[in-house]
Amino acid sequence: MKTTPPPTPGRRLLRRPSAVVAVAWLVLLTVATACAPLIAAHGPLDQDLSQVLALPSATHPFGTDSLGRDLLSRLLFGGRPALLAVAEALAAHLAVGVSLGLVAGYRGGWADHLITRIGDLLFALPAIIIVLVVLSVFPGNLHAAMITFGVLGSPGMIRVLRSRTLGIRQEMYVAAARVCGLSDTQILLRHVLPRLTGTVIVQAALFSAVAVIIQAGLGFLGLGAQPPAPSWGGLVADASQVIDRDPWMLVPAGVPLVLTVIALTLLGDAIRDTAVENWSVSKLAGTSAPPPVAEEIAGAAGEAAPGALLSVRDLTIEIDGVPVVQGVSFDVMPGETLGVVGESGCGKSVTALGVLGLVPGNGRITRGRVVFAGADLTASPAELAKVRGSGIAYVSQDPMVALDPTFTVLSQLSEAVRRHERATREQARERVLELLAMVGIPDPPGVAGRYPHQLSGGLAQRVLIALALAGRPRLLIADEPTTALDVSVQKEILTLLHTLQRRTGVAVLIVTHDWGVVATLCHRSLVMYAGQVVEQADVESMFVRPLHPYTAGLLAANPHRAVTGQPLTTIPGTVPSPREWPLGCRFSARCPYAADDCRTAPVALTRPVPSRLTRCLHVEELAGEGARP
Amino acid sequence: MGALRLAIRRLLASMPLLFLTSALTFVLVSLVPGDPARTIAGQHSTAEQYRLIRGQLGLDQPLPAQYWHWLTQVFHGDLGSSLFSGEAVTSILQNRLPVSLSLILASTVVSGLAGVALGLLSARRGGVLMKIVDGLAMLGLAAPPFWLALLVIEVFAVTLRWFPVTGYVPLDEDPGGWARSLILPVISIALGAVAIIAKQTRDSVLDTMSKDFIRVMQANGFSPRSILYRHILRNAALPIVTVLGVLMVSLLGAVVFVETVFAMPGVASLTQQATVQHDIPVIQGAVLYITVFVIVVNFVVDLAYVRLDPRVRTS
Amino acid sequence: MTPRTLLEVDDLTVEYGQGRRGRRGHAPSLRAVDGVSFDVRPGETVGLVGESGSGKSTVARAVLGLTPVTSGRIRFDGTDITHAGRGLRRTLSARLQMVFQDPYSSLNPARTIGQTLAEPLLVHHGHRSARADARVAAMLERVGLPAKAAERYPSQFSGGQRQRIAIARALMTSAELVVCDEPVSALDLSIQAQTLNLLSELQRELSLSYLFIAHDLPVVRYLSHRVVVLYRGGVMETGPVDLVYERPAHPYTRALLAAVPDPDPRIRAGRHDEPVTPQGTSRPTAIGCPFAPRCAHAVELCRKERPRLLPVDGVTGGAAVACHRAAELTSTGNGVASAAGRPGNVHMEET
Repeated sequence: MKTTPPPTPGRRLLRRPSAVVAVAWLVLLTVATACAPLIAAHGPLDQDLSQVLALPSATHPFGTDSLGRDLLSRLLFGGRPALLAVAEALAAHLAVGVSLGLVAGYRGGWADHLITRIGDLLFALPAIIIVLVVLSVFPGNLHAAMITFGVLGSPGMIRVLRSRTLGIRQEMYVAAARVCGLSDTQILLRHVLPRLTGTVIVQAALFSAVAVIIQAGLGFLGLGAQPPAPSWGGLVADASQVIDRDPWMLVPAGVPLVLTVIALTLLGDAIRDTAVENWSVSKLAGTSAPPPVAEEIAGAAGEAAPGALLSVRDLTIEIDGVPVVQGVSFDVMPGETLGVVGESGCGKSVTALGVLGLVPGNGRITRGRVVFAGADLTASPAELAKVRGSGIAYVSQDPMVALDPTFTVLSQLSEAVRRHERATREQARERVLELLAMVGIPDPPGVAGRYPHQLSGGLAQRVLIALALAGRPRLLIADEPTTALDVSVQKEILTLLHTLQRRTGVAVLIVTHDWGVVATLCHRSLVMYAGQVVEQADVESMFVRPLHPYTAGLLAANPHRAVTGQPLTTIPGTVPSPREWPLGCRFSARCPYAADDCRTAPVALTRPVPSRLTRCLHVEELAGEGARP
Repeated sequence: MGALRLAIRRLLASMPLLFLTSALTFVLVSLVPGDPARTIAGQHSTAEQYRLIRGQLGLDQPLPAQYWHWLTQVFHGDLGSSLFSGEAVTSILQNRLPVSLSLILASTVVSGLAGVALGLLSARRGGVLMKIVDGLAMLGLAAPPFWLALLVIEVFAVTLRWFPVTGYVPLDEDPGGWARSLILPVISIALGAVAIIAKQTRDSVLDTMSKDFIRVMQANGFSPRSILYRHILRNAALPIVTVLGVLMVSLLGAVVFVETVFAMPGVASLTQQATVQHDIPVIQGAVLYITVFVIVVNFVVDLAYVRLDPRVRTS
Repeated sequence: MTPRTLLEVDDLTVEYGQGRRGRRGHAPSLRAVDGVSFDVRPGETVGLVGESGSGKSTVARAVLGLTPVTSGRIRFDGTDITHAGRGLRRTLSARLQMVFQDPYSSLNPARTIGQTLAEPLLVHHGHRSARADARVAAMLERVGLPAKAAERYPSQFSGGQRQRIAIARALMTSAELVVCDEPVSALDLSIQAQTLNLLSELQRELSLSYLFIAHDLPVVRYLSHRVVVLYRGGVMETGPVDLVYERPAHPYTRALLAAVPDPDPRIRAGRHDEPVTPQGTSRPTAIGCPFAPRCAHAVELCRKERPRLLPVDGVTGGAAVACHRAAELTSTGNGVASAAGRPGNVHMEET
């Protein structure tokens, strides 16, 4: 928890240089055009035929046009109708867009239907053409034209606001407010509108940018202010008349226009970016040095166990320069199932992906080795590429998003098959059907022809497992493979994994937070806490007699072991984030056995019992107390 | 196969647009102060002549009747004739259509290809290229097409003399000249569009790259080339197609200006001239043509969706 | 004779659909809840279990008036609230509250914790006052958070802390029944245990009733006195929690319980490979038992006639099951009812 409340959105916005520049330009422009009579040394219509098409000089800072009129003055005076026109368009845009978008999103039902329909129709209208028609009806009436343009541009605003409002309306906090008895008006005012302001401002800024161009364009076509009255578009038109004699005039005629549009766009972008970071957790300033890691005992960080299929040594992974996994070592023997257990934020998934050289986001492996069947994957990208899919395969958590939605099951699986073995189209198809049958899919040809969105969660997870098996891997990494599934489907998938392992001898590295899954499937288990391995043992011993207080606490907190009426055993506090890792034992803040020695220095993994590892200085006390079975 | 049926249903659903725009134009035009009959008859006409012309134009009828009359004529392929030249509106438009279509299609193809290539490149390389695309996008969006057109003329036609300053050469007369006459206008139109497409491509490619299924493919050894060109691009294509469709319609705005600057005899500049001259039948005809164009573009986008996204096809 | 019931749900049916989803075409209306009946007594926790698509969350939303009821009746403390208007809901909200599943979406990220917690008071006592502030502080401390947390924004709290805040919000007014929709399923194991303990303490202190909705069977067992098992919108079985868990009478309940992986590696010894076919994808008939396509014991009758929820023979405590073959299937295990409970579980209504 941070102690200072986040700064106001406005102040945060002004921390962005681009926003400052944009705001400064817009303010300068508004003030300058508003005070044009005070600033301009010449009147916009004053002709000086001795100074025709002059280049910039002290008297005419931007030069003059073909009648010797001062360009700066014409720009400033032309800015007034320009800004007014943009304001008119924006007002119409906001009035129509915001009200209709809000109503459609919040009311839903027929109102939404109707508004969406109208919005679609308006969206399909070529706005500029309709504006031209309006101008043919009201010649020279820029007000009518710009208001029309504002209305015709509103479908964009309607769409964005509608979907935002719809999203907010479905947020649980709106339901909570309703349960609390708040009226629609109160909900709109307290919960919906404040969250929309950012979006509205962004859209408004972008629309204004377009409106600036359109109003100038109308002036350029001679449809706005009539000469000799100054207008921005008119300036460009004047410049076009003398382009062969005085190309300079293009610069003062166009550059302010371009700058204004850029300023509005930048402002919109900056507001959007600030809105995103608005209420999200802000990163603490500065990067703390990664806490030191203790020397591990030989074997934990030493040589690979003889005969190990996969051997990870001292693996350290950093994301954005912050270590999230530190000094992790373990082995997977051929045909065994190793469970990696822990709560979220402990680095389980990152470790599993790190084995495959796939670290999310800006992460990278900064230390350690991953050796698979004798090949060092961290040293050789070529080896890694060869191993993926054929040596080590991967199954992810949510099967519904783990398959490419635009290809059929057959197409994706045959791609996997043909990637790993030479096969004709027909042979690949045969192999795909075989794989689908292998994962217990009752109608392989039928399922092969389907797209991912036509599969149920259980079926999709089976297809995903089939995909992983396509390269006949010797190790399957499964990242929470059953978490997103219903209990009964979960059981089917666990049984399937178990059966496949018996049949094919594939080793499994399974990441899970569910002790039930560990007990059902795993031979050995690895408990991770705050980026480190804290305990490693065979599953039976770990369940009967955990050797780390975290393991013991996590086992005891499982409601499966609860007795109704008695409070559950809990671990106080929460897992520290990587930036909060202490120097000493990372579990010490939550540990009932913690003493001073735990906090002063990093704790190393020790082997108190043969073939078991723990990262605890007080194993004796814990063991003495005895853990409940 | 319900795919085509779906697209056709969408096409039919957009038909009201035709009536909406034509009726809207009709109502707007009826508000015109002054009266085409007066314009045609001239200032020195008698009241009798004036009434005659009004009758000929159907202006003495109530508005819905006038609209109905116009509509039935449209169904017979008659859009009336210009109040100025007296030429049939259909033939005026027929002559000018190729110019505008050449401009729009060429600009769309150029911006589509260049935009996707640039976007893909910047998504993969990141860093400097990403900033360049951002900067270009900003400039392309900010520079008004009419100003950009002048700038391009000044540099390439006036100073360097590489291309003709203005004018349009029909394709069937001289394909080479046609292409040369299109280059500068297309540059003026497409610069902003390239940037928009590049930005959209980069965003949706990056978005797709972070999807679970891409990670699953990488982890299971799919070839990087296939992941990028087969899977990422295919999934990223949907929003790009949407933007391309919207862009084609909004390019009309740029085309109006660019046709004027380059003195190209297209539909858009015709509309602008007719606006100045209050040539109502021509405006109505042009609006009708443009609306048909918009509907066709939307239809093509729908077809592309059906082709690209199985969820649209099968649900 | 019957004790006072706080919440009474009678033959509740909720249908979704009718063109609401897609823009074109009229999707056939989906019956999310189909004739569900149960009640909740003061101080009691009733667990609603089922897998996704069982309609458990829809029941909760219907009780709170967040989704329109197609037919049936909901009574709260004797008052019919099935189609309660804003006014009645507003009065009701002091006594009927909710805790949602997702602690990230249930708090408005743009409002401080204090503002969020004061919201229920706003409705009943008008504007913010020193009294409201004091109540916010007291409630925060009660759920184990510092009082100054009121000035912060939700993003500054972890998932477990947010769920505590959500619980505090539900208890700002003198709530009697709190509907908990999967309140711990988004939380990590150690945080889940903390939250369950908190819920259980608060129940004892404030004599709360809970309608506790979850898919996690052990969690439901830990907290509930009675349990209702839902499948495809219908009640399959209901009864005292220990009875249902120890001696499930419905094949679905049995399948559900058997599917929970046991966190005991020793059980693995007796496990053997099972056939690896997934659940049948055949849809249940409209007139028969919804579970029939997946049921190993289904006979012709099950596909032809929907079984009614009937009391289980020879068992007290309001146990009921909707299965044609319940009696013959459980007869083998009959007569060992005394083995069911563990000490100290059924008599928790000490308030």
